[in-house]
Amino acid sequence: MKVTLWGTRGSLPSAGPETVRYGGNTSCVEVRGRDGTLLVLDAGTGIRRLSHAVGPDDRRIYLLLTHLHMDHIQGFGFFDPLYRSDAEVHVWGPPSTTHDLRTRLTKYLSPPLFPVRLRDLPCRLFLHDVPMGEFAVESLRVHCALVFHPGPTVGYRITEGSAAMVYIPDHEPALGARAFPLGPDWTSGADLAREADLLLHDSQYTDAEYAHRHGWGHSAIGHTMAFARLARPRRLVTFHHDPGHGDDMLDDLVRGARRAAAGFELIPGQEGMTFEVG
Amino acid sequence: MTQKEIEIILMRQLASYLSVPIFVVDPEGTLLFYNEPAEALLGVRFDEAGEMPMEKWSTAFKPTDEAGRPLPPDALPLVATLKSRVPARSTVWITGMDGQRRKLDILSFPLVGQGHRMLGAAAILWDVNSK
Repeated sequence: MKVTLWGTRGSLPSAGPETVRYGGNTSCVEVRGRDGTLLVLDAGTGIRRLSHAVGPDDRRIYLLLTHLHMDHIQGFGFFDPLYRSDAEVHVWGPPSTTHDLRTRLTKYLSPPLFPVRLRDLPCRLFLHDVPMGEFAVESLRVHCALVFHPGPTVGYRITEGSAAMVYIPDHEPALGARAFPLGPDWTSGADLAREADLLLHDSQYTDAEYAHRHGWGHSAIGHTMAFARLARPRRLVTFHHDPGHGDDMLDDLVRGARRAAAGFELIPGQEGMTFEVG
Repeated sequence: MTQKEIEIILMRQLASYLSVPIFVVDPEGTLLFYNEPAEALLGVRFDEAGEMPMEKWSTAFKPTDEAGRPLPPDALPLVATLKSRVPARSTVWITGMDGQRRKLDILSFPLVGQGHRMLGAAAILWDVNSK
């Protein structure tokens, strides 16, 4: 499969001269199966540019949402295939304990926050409460599991044959741990990320920033590295960059973390990057 | 080792910060964790006791009623909660691994996660004689 990063920023779009290299669009990742299956991870503002990479032959599109915080759905209404009557779009996302995905998503995709209602979209739209566990999306297999982040939030493991990519953009596995990590059996996301060929993981904060942001649902770079040493991916891509972190600061963050990259390749996640997996 | 359910991990993290004694089991009743305040009542550190099946922990602390009659596992609130999926409460006398006999008010409740998954149960062990 081929993985393309269309949005790597967290929390808030942050366009500007200081974010040109890493990008300012919020979370969106394209996964293309060998047979052309198009799977999209999250609908942050990066999904608008992904629209241009969707061809007329892409009539069936699969969108997996990790959660419904605004930076992961803000681009939804700007995804061109939703306005094509020949397109079939399947969306998976986590329900809450009391509301299904449709009810939750409609809170944003309706006036006054957005002019177009879900029911008025021309495409054939199917909304699914994402099941915990495994399911198939054409040639790809998807494994979904809850992870630490405020509100119902999941991570995804996408496999094609023996190749695996894992996407956990919003994740605070160190939450509440007196000594992080405790071990794989007591660490959020450990099963999902285990020995992945490619791991895209939250690395929003510096270690110093995290000291003031416990419980906000994100990782300090030190936690990201510790999590990766536990999960043993082949490649770790830093993701969900803080909107206040410019390119130079992100360079420094990754440079400082490199010495902790034992047994895996550390790659700073930048908008436009592509990865072959498998 | 398989990763624990996310709600169970959160329960452990929360319990590790509470001064209230907490005891956590999985749906089969296997002891997964108890916190430091519970260690003081049970007379053994969790790191020493480790995970143990229900058959073991339900008798290891020699639970009895007020008259000293041994209580079968089914009479313990946690076991009742696992079977019925509803909270349970009763007063139980136990003997800790330190040999101390203690009167505990035990309140157990089911841990039902996202999608109504039954993940186990937790119990508050309240030392009736504590101040």
